[in-house]
Parts: sequence; C-alpha cells; structure tokens
Amino acid sequence: MSLILNAGEINRALRRISHEILEKNHGSAEILLLGIPTRGVVLSQRIASAITEIEESDVALGTLDITMYRDDLRMRPPRALLPTQIPAGGIDGKHVVLVDDVFFSGRTIRAALDALNELGRPKSVQLAVLIDRGHRELPIRADFVGKNIPTAKAESVRVHLQELDGDESVVIEGRSQL
Amino acid sequence: MAKLSDASVKKFPTLRGRTVVNLFFEDSTRTRISFEAAAKRLSADVINFSAKGSSLSKGESLKDTALTLQAMGADAVIIRHGSSGAPHQLARQRWMSGAVINAGDGTHEHPTQALLDAFTIRRHLKENNGDLNGVRVAIVGDVLHSRVARSNVLLLKKLGAEVVLVAPPTLLPVGVESWKVKVSYSIDDVISDVDVVMMLRVQRERMDDLFFPTEREYSRNFGLNFERIQSMKEKAIVMHPGPMNRGLEISADGADSARSVIVEQVANGVSVRMAVLYLLLGGATSRDLASQIGALS
Amino acid sequence: MKSWKINGALDADGAPITLLIENGILVETLSTSAFTEINAQGLTVLPGLVDLHTHVREPGREDSETVLTGSQSAVAGGFTAISAMPNTLPVADTAGVVEQVFRLGESHGLCDVFPIGAVTVGQAGEQLAELSAMNQSEAKVRIFSDDGHCVADPLVMRRALEYVKTFDGIIAQHAQDPRLTENAQMNEGEVSARLGLKGWPAVAEEAIIARDVLLAEHVDSRLHICHLTTAGGVEIIRSAKKRGVKVTAEVTPHHLLLTDVEAESYDPVFKVNPPLRTATDVMALREGLADGTIDIVATDHAPHPHEAKDCEWSAAAFGMVGLETAFSICYLTMVESGLMTLATLIDRMSTKPASIARYQDHGQLKVGRPANLLLVDLEARWTVERSELHSKSKNTPFNGMELPAVIEKTFHNGALVYDRRGM
Repeated sequence: MSLILNAGEINRALRRISHEILEKNHGSAEILLLGIPTRGVVLSQRIASAITEIEESDVALGTLDITMYRDDLRMRPPRALLPTQIPAGGIDGKHVVLVDDVFFSGRTIRAALDALNELGRPKSVQLAVLIDRGHRELPIRADFVGKNIPTAKAESVRVHLQELDGDESVVIEGRSQL
Repeated sequence: MAKLSDASVKKFPTLRGRTVVNLFFEDSTRTRISFEAAAKRLSADVINFSAKGSSLSKGESLKDTALTLQAMGADAVIIRHGSSGAPHQLARQRWMSGAVINAGDGTHEHPTQALLDAFTIRRHLKENNGDLNGVRVAIVGDVLHSRVARSNVLLLKKLGAEVVLVAPPTLLPVGVESWKVKVSYSIDDVISDVDVVMMLRVQRERMDDLFFPTEREYSRNFGLNFERIQSMKEKAIVMHPGPMNRGLEISADGADSARSVIVEQVANGVSVRMAVLYLLLGGATSRDLASQIGALS
Repeated sequence: MKSWKINGALDADGAPITLLIENGILVETLSTSAFTEINAQGLTVLPGLVDLHTHVREPGREDSETVLTGSQSAVAGGFTAISAMPNTLPVADTAGVVEQVFRLGESHGLCDVFPIGAVTVGQAGEQLAELSAMNQSEAKVRIFSDDGHCVADPLVMRRALEYVKTFDGIIAQHAQDPRLTENAQMNEGEVSARLGLKGWPAVAEEAIIARDVLLAEHVDSRLHICHLTTAGGVEIIRSAKKRGVKVTAEVTPHHLLLTDVEAESYDPVFKVNPPLRTATDVMALREGLADGTIDIVATDHAPHPHEAKDCEWSAAAFGMVGLETAFSICYLTMVESGLMTLATLIDRMSTKPASIARYQDHGQLKVGRPANLLLVDLEARWTVERSELHSKSKNTPFNGMELPAVIEKTFHNGALVYDRRGM
C-alpha cells in the first residue's frame, strides 16, 4: 500500500479546485455543487465551505445518488439506495458541478448525466474529482482534477476522509513493491 | 423510494428490460394499479393477466397459467389468488423460474400491505426512523378472514409495536392466543390508549354465515364513529386498507377526518412496491447469475 | 396348485416356525414330495394383513385406481384381504354393484376384495339402501358405510343400526358434522389460524361419535368408527367400551405419525379427510391403539390422480394412499417406539379386523385354514419412492422417508401373489 496524498496535500488540492470552479464560472451565483455519495458528498461540502469563505456568500449544495442509473446493476445483488437532495430551485439554468472522489471508467458520471437528464436542464454540467486514475471506458472528461495518478487497472485507489474514515489520505493498494 | 416519488423525477430506468406480470385471480383494481404504477416507474414492462372469468376450472388455472408465463419470459409474477398458499405453490413447484410476489392469498397474507402500513405508521409517529418500539396499534374488524390482519400482526410485532385485536369472538380465529397479541371485544376499552386505529373491511355477506346478527349491531359495537374518533389520543391516526364500507366499519366522519391517513397509505403503497420490485429485480437475479455462469463456461 | 415348505422363519412372538402349504391350506404334513422350499432365515412370518377401509375406485374412477392395481398394491403391502369402500360411480348401494366389485377381485386372484355397501341410497344420507340384498348377494356384505360422507341425520343412523342386527351387520360411521365442516381444509387450531386455511374442528368429529355411541347403546347394535383422529374421540370410545357398548374403532397409519404442522408447506399431499391433527392427538391415538381402545389399524387408502393434487391446497382432493407403507409406519410408530409388541400389532392389523368383519379365512396362522400370510424382514430398511408404488396413484405423504420392515413375499390362499425379488 503506498501513500499518494497526505492530509495537507488533499487540503491544498481542494482549495485550488474551489478557486478554479469560481474562476471558470465567474463567481458562485449560478453554481450548484452536487456530491455523488458517499465520499463525493464530503468533498462537495468542503468545496462549498471553501467557496463560501472566498466569496463571502453561500453556494447551492446538494447530493445526487446514481444507483438507479448504473449500467452494472444486474451483476451483483441489489444495492442499497443513498439520498438525493436537490435544493429548491432545481437544476434548470444552473452550472451543475458534479463532485466525486475517484474518476476511473467514467460510468458513474455517465449514470449521473442520465440522472440529471430526468431532473431538468442545466446550463452546463462540469466535473470535479479529487483523483483521476485513468482507464476511461467512455468519452467523458473532468474539468477540475486534484491529482492525476497513473495506475494499473488491477490496483485500487482508496480515499480516506476524516468525517468518514477517521484519517486523511489517498492510498494505492495492490501495487507490487519491487 | 418515497423520497424518489416526492422528487420531481417520476421514472427510473432501473428495471428496463424486465417483464413483470400482474396475475390477479381476484378482482382488485386498487392493488393491481399500485403494482403497475410501481413497475412502470422503474421502467419495467407490465403485462396484466386477469384470470377471473376465464373458462379454466380452479386448480388447472394456476399451473397452466404459470407455464404460459414462463414461456413468455416473465421475470416476476405478482399474484393475487383466492386460495391461501397459492403463491407458495407457484414458488415451490418450479413451473416458472421468476420471482413471485404475494399480492394477497386467500385469508393468509398480504405482505406489501403490511409493509406500507408499517411505513405509514413510522412516518407519522417515528419521524420515519428506526423501529416501532412503543407504538400501540389496534386492529379492528374481521380478523378471522383478514390477510391484512395476519401480515400486519407479524410485521408490527417484529418491529416492536404492541398490537391489540378488537373483534366479536366469532371473527377471531381459534388459536389466536398463540399470536401473542392482546385481544379485546370492546373498541371503547382500547380506543383512547392506542396510537393507531387500523380498521379492517367487514364483508356484508358475513352476516349470512352468522358471524354477527345485523349490520346495525356490528356498526354500533365496532364501527369507528365520530364519538370514538374524538376520544382518540391527540396524535393518533386512523388507517384502512380499503376498500371501505362507509357506514359499516367506518363512518364518513372517520374516513374523512384529519386523523385519517388512508389516502397517504395508497401513495406509500406505490413506493413500497417499487422497493420490493427493486430488491427482487434490480440486482442480479438467479437467472442472471445462471447465465453469467453459463457465459463463463 | 403348488405346495410349499417355509423354513427358518420366526413367528410374531419370535419363536421359530415351519409352515407347510398344500392345496392352498396350511397342513401338518405334506402328502407330496413335489414342493417348493423357501429358506426364510432372518424373516418373520405373519398372518396376512386385513384392511377394513380401502378405496379401490372401480367402478367409475379408474384413472386413480382399479380393483387390479388396488390388489397389487395391497399384496405388496402384505394385505391378503381389503374392504372396498362404496363411494364409487355408481355408488355401491345395490347387490349388482357389490357383486361386480367382488367378482373383479376374485378374477384377479391376488387378495380377497370384500365390498362394503353404502348405508343410504347414493350415500345421500336420506333413504336406507337395500342392505339385506347386499348381504344376501354373492359379496355377502356385512359392513356398511357412507364413507366420504357422514350419516348425519340421527334418525337415519338409528334405523340403519337397528336394521343390520338382522344379519350381524355393522354400520361404519365417517364422523364429520357437515355444518361444522363446510369447506373446511385442515384441522382447526394454531396452524390453520396462521396459514389462513379454513379449520375443521375436532368437535365436528367427536360430537358425531358421541351421538352414535349412545345410539348404538340404545338399540344394542354394532357400531364401527372409521379413521379416529382426536384425543377426545379416544376418550369417548374408551368410556363407551367400559359401559359395554358394542363399538369398535380404527386409526390410520398416517394419523399415528403426521400432524397438522405438515400443512405449513401448503403441499396438498398432506390434505386428508379427516385432517391431520395435533401432536397431542397423535400421542392419544398411539396410546389408544396400544391399550386396545382403538381395535384396529385401517389404511383409508385413497388414491387420487396427479392433477387432483398438483394445484393449490383449497382446490386439491382429500386423501393419501397407504397400503404399501401401512405395516412399516405402524411398526415404526408402535413397535420400534416400544408401545406394543409385534404380536399385538398383528392383532390390530390382522386378527382383530378379520374378527370384526367375520372374515374367517384371515387373521391367523392355523393348520386347516387357508394360507394367507406374509414374510417380512424386520431388520431391513427401505426408502419410499413414489414412482415405484404399485398403486396407480402416487399421492403418498411419505415419499423419500426411510422406513423399517421390508415385505418379501405374500401368499393368498396358498398362492405366491407377491415376491419382492421376483416381480
């Protein structure tokens, strides 16, 4: 198991992403941050706090569970559903920024796009991820990336966050140490 | 699932490609439509089969129908039948390999009704969280012939609620002592102490089989009328699985009172049935696993 | 006719015995040297079993069983005499029908088939059938029953009991109050309440038994109670016998083992009339059979075609086949459990039934009497496989069960009518 990011590095990456989101969207007024459960929700909350601090005003925040839209549901027994909370005002006309921890095949984001399709018509959909580990299986890209990590497909990338896991780190498992 | 229903999205792709058959041997528009709505909101294909009035005699119908459904590739069959044990038969006999959902069999059980009832109670009395510990429920009416009562007793007790059955002795089953519930012959004795009053439908025809002398006497002793509603606890609710006999087991005041959550039960029914369908068909079914294994070998 | 010497067997008391058969009779010595010797080492020889309650279904319902297949099933179960219940199509309520059944049994030559005549015309419970004519026919009917239905009208029952005194006849009652059992599916109790199946209360059986015992006492006639199933019923019979009432009773093998809990599977193979009752009832029935309150075992062998059981419970027919498993089930529940000896079991399954029905050629191994007997290996075990039953119908509740006692050979009037290894 090797450490990729420590607590300090995670923090800095999130702060940079927050600035980049504000820069691209010319402020926070039309932004809607939607965290994809589970860890995307925590990350989106941190980005929201950072934005609030920088702009000195609140930013719209919600969660988007994509379980019902997954394309691999029938490969395993049924999965538990997680909450979807869209603030009043919905997604119409907003710059929706999806937030997730690890960007891998792209299928999760594809499901998220299908989910958004049913909810309304955003002005744009952007993607912020803490880690991009490559191996895309669909033509989807991220707008804001914390860190790019080249990985082998068989390896696993694990993000630990204080609120959920008790520590702050990003590690890779399954990497053979020569 | 209820939250999903509240949100503006009305339809999910989750069960796309799955075929669900409503196999109703007994009339029931209400339950059938509820299941149909649930299945369609998950994008499943729904086929309605009403065997009532079909020329096949009893007994033959079930097996032959099942074989037909198997040939049609039904992933799940929702069955309502007049004989207790029919869904068990369908599931056990392997005439078909899909999932079997009991939508009411004879006087035995009606599991999704109990689930939506428990869900409704929890929403109102437990802020939609956890179990039903400490909740007191009175189930009033024809317990003997009621599959809703049987399923509710099983589920409510499992969730920790306290149950009292209220009925004339003729409408309580011999052997009810083994259900570990309280029994009362008087609705007035219990009505001010309970948090939920669940009224069961009483069929007028029961009078012909001597279960009670007249409708008037039944209604006077066991009907939910205005005075009885007034004497209920402040936050207590009134439930009914429907369809109601207004004037017999429940007065118009009762059905339409502010305490009544009868309409909400119906909405919750769709959510609960969506959950059941999702759990049975949303993930890998035994058929899926079998063909996955087949594909690998 | 072949002559036989059966060597090396034990009798019901465990004593070694040699049997000689010539011209169909058990003899002291054989007059010929042309006999077949059977080495029966390790086997027990018993008088042929006698069933007073068998449904043979011919005439009219040959899709489930015929006199031939019923006889084949009987001899495979060690029975040398069965009694054909009259609920056929047409009902056996005339001399013509009972003679037809009797002759069919004779022509097949496997076991004796003694017809039971209906008590009332069409078993409708209203008008007495020509009981005397049936008694005087070739079939010599002595037992009458409306089995399948109860003789519910007390006056009809009284008259029937009185009438059969003419010829030492018996009325065998199927005790089931029709009003208390309308559309009933299984025993009324904890299990039926839970399963949502309409209950059949014990009192529906016991009330009729109590009434009929008093009637039999009043008119001083012979009453037989079919398929007793409740502890309450055993009590009523016990106190009636103490008072000297001429009542006899039977119990089926399945009621000595199975309870209403079997219905939890909703498998209609367990649906039977009268229904399976509780464990308490089963214990009382076993004790009753052991102490003689219940006189005999009778199978109530009730064959049904596949479709009649391959459906939901409430649509299924009532009944179980039982000729081929009867001895094993009774040996398991009564002898292996220590409640009675083998000799007593043979009294209940052969001697007493023959005596009640006055079947003179059955019930005992005695020199000078016809050779109706069976050879059984009490140490061996077998597994019930429904497809291997000789009966045309396969509705046995014991499918897959491992049971003691394997019947090897059955002789009827000195002829080898069943050989497990030969057939």
